[in-house]
Order: sequence, then C-alpha cells, then structure tokens
Amino acid sequence: MLQIKNLHASINGKEILKGLSLSVNAGEVHAIMGPNGAGKSTLSSVLTGNPAFTVTEGDVTFNDKNLLELTPENRSREGIFLSFQYPVEIPGVSMVNFMRTAVNEHRKYKGLDPMSASDFLKLQREKKELVEMDSKLANRSVNEGFSGGEKKRNEIFQMAMLDPKLSILDETDSGLDIDALRIVANGVNKLKTKDNASIVITHYQRLLDYIVPDFVHVLYDGRIVKSGGKELAYELEERGYDWIKKEVDGE
Amino acid sequence: MENKIKIIEKNTQIPPLGGEGAYIDLYKSHHESIKMHSASVMNSLRDAAFAQFKKLGFPTVALENYKYTDLKEALSVDYGLNINRIPIPVNPYDVFKCDVPGIHSYLYFVVNDGFYPVSDPHNSKLPDGVIIGSVKEVAATHPELLKDYFGKLSSTKEDGLVAFNGAFAQDGFFMYVPENVVLDKPVQLVNIMRSDVDFMSVSHNLIILEKGAKAQLLVCDHTVDEVRFLSNRVTEVFVAENATYEHYKLENTHNKTTNLSTLLIDQAKSSTVLANVITLHNGVTRNMIEIDLDGEGCETELCGMVIADKNQQVDNFTSIIHNKPNCNSRELFKYVLDDFSKGAFTGKLYVAKDAQKTAAFQTNRNILLKKTAKMRTKPQLEIYADDVKCSHGATIGSLDETAKFYMQARGISESEARLLLMFAFTNDVIENIRIPALQDRIKMLVEKRLRGELSKCEGCVICQ
Ligand SMILES: Nc1ncnc2c1ncn2[C@@H]1O[C@H](COP(=O)(O)OP(=O)(O)OP(=O)(O)O)[C@@H](O)[C@H]1O
Ligand SMILES: [Mg+2]
Repeated sequence: MLQIKNLHASINGKEILKGLSLSVNAGEVHAIMGPNGAGKSTLSSVLTGNPAFTVTEGDVTFNDKNLLELTPENRSREGIFLSFQYPVEIPGVSMVNFMRTAVNEHRKYKGLDPMSASDFLKLQREKKELVEMDSKLANRSVNEGFSGGEKKRNEIFQMAMLDPKLSILDETDSGLDIDALRIVANGVNKLKTKDNASIVITHYQRLLDYIVPDFVHVLYDGRIVKSGGKELAYELEERGYDWIKKEVDGE
Repeated sequence: MENKIKIIEKNTQIPPLGGEGAYIDLYKSHHESIKMHSASVMNSLRDAAFAQFKKLGFPTVALENYKYTDLKEALSVDYGLNINRIPIPVNPYDVFKCDVPGIHSYLYFVVNDGFYPVSDPHNSKLPDGVIIGSVKEVAATHPELLKDYFGKLSSTKEDGLVAFNGAFAQDGFFMYVPENVVLDKPVQLVNIMRSDVDFMSVSHNLIILEKGAKAQLLVCDHTVDEVRFLSNRVTEVFVAENATYEHYKLENTHNKTTNLSTLLIDQAKSSTVLANVITLHNGVTRNMIEIDLDGEGCETELCGMVIADKNQQVDNFTSIIHNKPNCNSRELFKYVLDDFSKGAFTGKLYVAKDAQKTAAFQTNRNILLKKTAKMRTKPQLEIYADDVKCSHGATIGSLDETAKFYMQARGISESEARLLLMFAFTNDVIENIRIPALQDRIKMLVEKRLRGELSKCEGCVICQ
C-alpha cells in the first residue's frame, strides 16, 4: 500500500528526515516510536503534503501512485488520513459544515453525488457513537474550545467519517484519560479491516495493548533505525532510547 | 414619448485642484432654482451651508480625516445634477425585484435623490401615526416634525462633504415613529442610481424615533446604469429615550460609483442602537458614521464588513461619543481585501469627563488575500473619564495557513478551504443582523461574493 524509499525532507533549510524507508501493506498496523524531535510528526506532515516541508530526495508511492505529486486534498481523497498531534481550531467554521464539505468532496472525487442531508446526519450519528463523542461538539466550531481529549476524539470521529485506507495516528493517545484511551482505541479497532492499514505514532506502550501492532519501528534522527515485533515496544518502555542512540551513533 | 433625464446643469469648467469652484459657481447662478424645488426646511439652512462649503471646499488627503481616501479624481468628473427635479423614467419595481425574499418589509425607493411615489400596497398598513415619505412632502404636511430635528446634527459638522450636502440637497427620505409604536416589519429603503450621463445625487434623510418606539431600517444602494455616479447622502437619526433602532446598510454598487455617506445618530437615555454597514461591492466608498450617546444607559452596537477586490476602496470613518455615564458600546469591523483594493478604518472613541462607568470595546480585523491589497486602521481613543472599561484591538493578517492545511488534509480543496475561512471570518458581523431573513440573504450574498460570482442581488436587471 505505502512504500517510502530513502525519504529526505527539510524545513526552513534544516534537514529533518534523513533517508527514511518504510513499507506498509494492507491489513497491517505499524507503530512508530522514538525520542522527541526525532521527526515522527515531520513524517506525518510530509505524507499528508504539508507545504511547510520540502522533500529533497526519495520516493513515496501509495497504491501505485506517486504520492508526492498529489495535492494534500487529493492525498486525503485517495485515502490517507492523519490524526493530528495538535488538531487545529477553526473559529467560525462549524463541525457540521466542515465535515459535510469534506465528505462530499471525497464523494465527488469518487464520482458520487453529494450525500443527502438526512443520510449525512445518520452517518454522523453512527460515527459519533463509535467514539462516544458528545453530540454538542458537532454544533460548535471545529475544535474551538475543545479540551485536549475532545480534540483527539474528534480526530477519530473524522477518521470514521472519511473511512481512510491508511490512517496515521500521531500521538492520538496523549491527552486522553484512561477511559477515553480505551474508547478511542476501540473505535480505531472497529474501523480496522483487512483492506486498510494504520501507522500509530506513540510514546507509550500502553496504547499498543489496545491497538496491537504487527510491527514496531524506532525513528531516530530522521531515520527508522530499528524494527521489530510488538515486544520491541516493551523493551523500549523498559530501557528507554539510550541504548538505541548508542547503537546508532556508535556506527 | 421622449422622456430622458434632462441634465439641468453641467459644471463644465473644472478649476485646477479640485472641483469645488464649479459647484460654487453653480450655486451662485442656480440657488433660486435649487430652493424653488426643495423642501422649505432645507432652504432655511442652505445659505449657511453654502458659506461653510465655500470656506472648506471638498476634502483632500491633506486633511487628517480624509487622508486614506483621495476623492480628487471622483470629484473632478463632470456630473449632472437634477436641480429642477425632472422625474426620472424608471420603474424601480422593474429594476429591483430582489427585495430580500421573505423579509416582508415596508418597501420604499429613492431614485437618485428623489423619493419615488409610493405604490407598494403594504405601505398603507403602517401602524398608526407612523409617517414615511419624502422630506419635501412632510415639510409641507407636518412642518412641526421637522423643525426641531432637521440639520441639528449635520449643521455643526466641520466637513466639506456635509456642507456640500447642505447646500445642494433638495429632498430625502423621512421616517417618523411615534411614542411606543413598534414597527412590525423592517422598513427597506432602496437607493437606485439611474442615469444616462454621469450623475451626482445629493440627499438628506431624517429619521425620528420617539420614546419607546422601535424600528428597523434596511438601506440598499444599487446602481443601474454603467455611468459614473457620485452620491452624497446625509442621514440624521434621533433615537429618543427607551427607543430601539436598527440600521442596516447594504451597498452593492458598481465599480464606477463613488459613495459618500454620512450617518449621524443621536441616542437619548436608555436607548438601543445597532448599526451594521456592509459593503459587498462598490467603487469608492466613504462612510462617515457618528453615534452620540447623549443620555445615560445607552446600548450601542456598531459593526460592519467589507469585501473588496480589484481597485475598490472602502473607508469607514467612525466615531462613538460617550457623553453620559453608564453606556455600553461595542464596535466591530471586518475587511477582506483582495487584488489592489484599499481599506481604511478609523475608530474614534470619545469618553467625556463625566461619562463614568462607560464600557466601550472596539475591534477591527482584516485579512489581506494578496500582498497588493492595503489596509489602514486607526483606533483613536480619547478618554477623559477615569472609571471606564475600554479596549481596542486591530489586526491585519492573511488567511490562517494551518487551518487551511487542516481542511485540505480532510479532502477539502484549497479554494473551498479559503472560502470557508473567509466566510468564518465575516461570520460574527453577519450574526449581528437581527432580521433572520436578511441574515440568511446576506449570508448567501457574502458567500457568492467570496466565490467570485456576481454578488448583486438576483433579479436586479442591472447585474445580470
Ligand atoms: N518550523 C520549523 N523550523 C525549524 N525546525 C523545525 C520546525 N518544525 C519542526 N522542526 C524541528 O524538526 C524536528 C522534528 O520535529 P517533529 O515534530 O517531527 O518531532 P517528533 O518526532 O514528532 O517529536 P515529538 O515526539 O516531540 O512529537 C525537531 O527538532 C523540531 O524542532
Ligand atoms: Mg510529534
């Protein structure tokens, strides 16, 4: 589904991703862990086409398309979804209007007619239940005044609405209380099929008890420096990153 | 039958440095005709206004109050004036079918600067005692209503355009709402600019709300013909104790229009005023708005919005004068400027020495969509009382790129994301329209305008 080869990306002339490679197949869950500032969010930004970053080298293909050539909106319509580490507040744009526009743009891309108002409301109700989101939030402006946890829940709600092929969850667990973590993780698991895949970025092994990864990768200094099964996450939890840094820096 | 507008006088010699000389000559040679075809109450102030105009001339950018709007070119055009009040051959009901649907207003037309004879059957059902008509008509039938009010706010203004208006205006719109009468529907005044040659219209409106009265007025400015128009309108509004007045102004004119308007509102004790001034499409516009709070316990909300592109210019020059204690005022203006357009906002806030417990908040936010667009914003606070809550804030920025990216990351196209953001930006001004049908309509018009589609009201033959 997704092949990243030797990806280099920079911001304001500073290189952050330094030759990152990763392959994700349908049906798989990949966890990415790594120290602060390693480049995890940068990877999500580059995959979703954030114009602040410049790709200087490397290829990314997504379902046989050259992902780097697509506009951010077309990447989304092709099925890439990012749950933002820091969801953005948009005062004055209502959640309903925002979501309806997004859903209909996806449908248009697929050659479908806009969804009727009643179908949309039905879909929205269904997906809200999935993440147990407070109905009142849907009537407010996008993320405006939402608590940290509500924002994260809202990200998964949007993911459910858009039904992506590849979802990238950037620290979706941070800011969630214990119950919310379970609810959100359950939501993610319910959305999982053999045809879609996820990349889960997290600092804590706890999330991976709920969303069980097939692979765990360590991102350090702009590259994937170690990969393993879910047991790698336990090892990291126990030992931290120093031993990995030593391994890499000692090379 | 040939029934074209006859342009009575043309000022053919344009003296260098501004056009006032031509109008001074015109006044000297034609003041008899001006007076003969005019409301008597206007004539009583006319010569003094002319003397004032002679002294001040047309305003230039050298004046602090006019430094953001250069009127030199617009004032040097060879306009015609309809001094002999030749009826203009237009049926406003034909050119203006787009009264806001569902708004059910009492609808009136002013064609250029003449009041169009009432023919809307609804208007005969006005509540008892309400008088709506032309100043000239009312000066004849109810002179006592005009005597204490007409010119009271305007004649003391040291302003060349207001003085010009005093010298040349011959008529205007008049509305009177007696004590404790509530107008059940908004009154809609449509100013239609219609002429075959470049044309100047000059009018002076008067609105009086007695104690406890309530009224909403919606003023729409429209241009019909593709000639150059200049309008100079002064509107005086008196809002008595406990009365509530809402003033909505919607400008939707073409690029060759120069719209110079002066809105002067006087609020008595415990009165409430909302003024919302929206410029959707225009040429050059300068709105001078002054609200005087002359009694305790007034509530004032002044807001407005500008969407401009190409070479359009909009200057809102506003003053809120707190003369008495315990009044609240809120001011909010938002501009979305594209291309080479120019916006200006001045927010003068005056709090007199004994206007204690004043709460006054002023906000001006602006988005420049292109680097070539320009915005000048100037808060001007003069506060002489010590126990007050006042604040002001002004920002000039571009669209929020992070928010735009967030929307694109959800599959929303860049253009749609921009649109949603611009629409959201103007939202709080639109929320300040308290006539639901009008609010819906303006939402729709703003959206169309932001989409770059013609924003003129549908059904308006001019704009199709
Ligand atoms: N606009 C910017 N200008 C300069 N450097 C930047 C900019 N944005 C990010 N960086 C740098 O890029 C590096 C990688 O940041 P990134 O957000 O990808 O880290 P991360 O792995 O997601 O960290 P965390 O675990 O803290 O979320 C950091 O050193 C950060 O300071
Ligand atoms: Mg991060």
